[in-house]
Amino acid sequence: MFNYILRRLGYMAVTLIIVAILGYAIIELPPGSYVEVEIQRLRNLGGNLSQTEIDAMYHRYGLDKPVYERFFIWISGFVRGDFGEAFAYNMDVGDLIWGRLGLTLMFTVGALIFTWVVAITVGVYSATHRYTIPDYILTVLQFIGLSVPNFLLALLLMVFAQDVFKMQVGGLFSSEFEKAPWSFARVLDLLNHLWIPIIVIGASGTAWLSRVMRANLLDVLNMQYVQTARAKGLHENTVIWKHAFRNAIHPLIMVLGGSLPGLISGETIVALVLNLPTAGPLYFNALIAKDMYLAGTFLIFLAIALLIGNLLADILLAWVDPRIRYE
Amino acid sequence: MTETTTPISQPHVEEPVSNVGQLSQLTLMRMRFSRNKLAMIGLVGLVIMYFLSFFGPFLAPNEYTNQNADYIFGIPTKFTFTGSDGKFGFYFHPVISELDSVSFKFIHKVDTSVTIPVKFFAKGDPITLLGFINTDIHLIGADAPYRIYPVGTDSIGRDILARSFVGGQISMTVGLLGVAMSLILGSILGTASGYWMGIADDIIQRAIEVIQSFPTIPLWAALAAALPPISQDFTVIHRYFLITVVLSFVGWTGLARQLRAKVMAYRSADFCQAAIAAGASDARIIFVHMLPNAASHIIVTAALAIPGMILGETSLSFLGLGITPPAVSWGSLLRDAQQVSVIVRAPWLLLPGGLVVMAVLFFSLVGDGIRDAVDPYSI
Repeated sequence: MFNYILRRLGYMAVTLIIVAILGYAIIELPPGSYVEVEIQRLRNLGGNLSQTEIDAMYHRYGLDKPVYERFFIWISGFVRGDFGEAFAYNMDVGDLIWGRLGLTLMFTVGALIFTWVVAITVGVYSATHRYTIPDYILTVLQFIGLSVPNFLLALLLMVFAQDVFKMQVGGLFSSEFEKAPWSFARVLDLLNHLWIPIIVIGASGTAWLSRVMRANLLDVLNMQYVQTARAKGLHENTVIWKHAFRNAIHPLIMVLGGSLPGLISGETIVALVLNLPTAGPLYFNALIAKDMYLAGTFLIFLAIALLIGNLLADILLAWVDPRIRYE
Repeated sequence: MTETTTPISQPHVEEPVSNVGQLSQLTLMRMRFSRNKLAMIGLVGLVIMYFLSFFGPFLAPNEYTNQNADYIFGIPTKFTFTGSDGKFGFYFHPVISELDSVSFKFIHKVDTSVTIPVKFFAKGDPITLLGFINTDIHLIGADAPYRIYPVGTDSIGRDILARSFVGGQISMTVGLLGVAMSLILGSILGTASGYWMGIADDIIQRAIEVIQSFPTIPLWAALAAALPPISQDFTVIHRYFLITVVLSFVGWTGLARQLRAKVMAYRSADFCQAAIAAGASDARIIFVHMLPNAASHIIVTAALAIPGMILGETSLSFLGLGITPPAVSWGSLLRDAQQVSVIVRAPWLLLPGGLVVMAVLFFSLVGDGIRDAVDPYSI
């Protein structure tokens, strides 16, 4: 097991290097650079820039060097924790992103927990109540949950919350708590703002995972050891939760790593709609402004988060299912 | 067999087809698919939605770019079946719009005292159908100065119904094209990876791992941000095509993975070993022995990938990174409905969202149906 983790970490390092190169290549891909966007903006304001001023701007942002040189400067800084400069903000990328990445991870993990709790409950319920009316209703809901783009769900919930509950939606705090010091009321206000994003981010994952859970449990319920457990006269709850459920949960843990990209993807776009101060809005704005160090750093950190998530999922699987042996 | 041995009806066993041995696999698959009610609903729904998209300019009463400055965020036209003379027929009530002197917003009121007949096959805005039929006939219309807006208008007075129909032309085809492209890419790379193994396999597998280690929407967004804006020499068609390329850049990886596993399994199967022993070329083994066997698998994977692509395009266009004006897709139409205040004022702006949900739902149902149908010999 220890060897396995070590080897996986080795693979991860290799993957990360390629991720970094690819990430940088993608960021370099757009025609034009931040300086050109900025020059255009200044010209629109009415100023006419001389060639020397333009050259100075290129030099100022280090964009006069060839691509590979810039990449090496950037990547060597990256390893030391210096991620370059966010042009549009005149700030170090590092100062800008930590808080936002942290919030993104918080929302993702929150959505993950929500997804699992709801999906397992719903999946077990509909498997044990197959072909009943609640099962059909849940099936319809699951199909709809898979079909609604999450930004649309965010919009709908926002309208609903604002119109029906007269709630202030969007952002992390209501305006009166925005600058207030931490207090019980502020925490309550924060929690009040968290549930919509978490439901929205987790919705499609929940719909999908509960389908998987239902199918798995149905398979397991047909096994002979379940029949044996019933024949022994065990209580139905014991049969389901102790004998069947434990064997139905493995495929879910196996797809745990695979479900993370969807959650992070969803988080970035939902954050934009709900105006959350997480990585998403900053990332998309950086892409549009061609603020490449900022966008590239985000992309790579998201990839790192996913790689770690996958590793943890695999370790969790080995821990839960003693039959699995990694060599 | 006598009549007394009629089989007792068995609810869960589908009626056996007596001539199974004589039917081709394709026929069996079709039969099985058409027995699946949900899948048939999905298929019919899709056919209707494609029809609405491509004949939408004719079905909607207005041309989709036509602006009506006097009817901003206009409410849906109210139809009625009784005319002012009490006779039965198709009529509608005109809308009176006036500028509110306090809020400086247009207030629209339905004038129920007046009824105006709806004309069928009426002359209206000039439109082009399917790219080559020029006409000015619309399914419904009204005499000037009245206009019909069945679901209302947007912020500059354009007909939402017409725009939603036309948006479907892009949104409902981008997924198909994207999947077709990832199918080609995935088939080639997946087969090569599984068939020759060795170093090619290593490189392709690492590439897949790297691509899959990015979250999809941010990766798509980064790639789409690299596309130049629409201009004289970079037209809507170019952008549309490149967006599908962007979508398939991620899409091929899943298929390649699965196909690799299949090809590896077939390699050691007897029929491939026999072909190798008979001296068949690599091309023959791949195209005659392996790919036809994997065909059903490839089709299922493709069908199940379409909904994700449609959602991807919608999300990208919603972010302003996918299909951009003047082209319309459902995602770019939803950009108008970003603020709660706008949605509350003009909820009909969400119509394209409803269409996205329906399209994705129908594609998923059909995909599930195909998956269940590809193995016609089970039961």
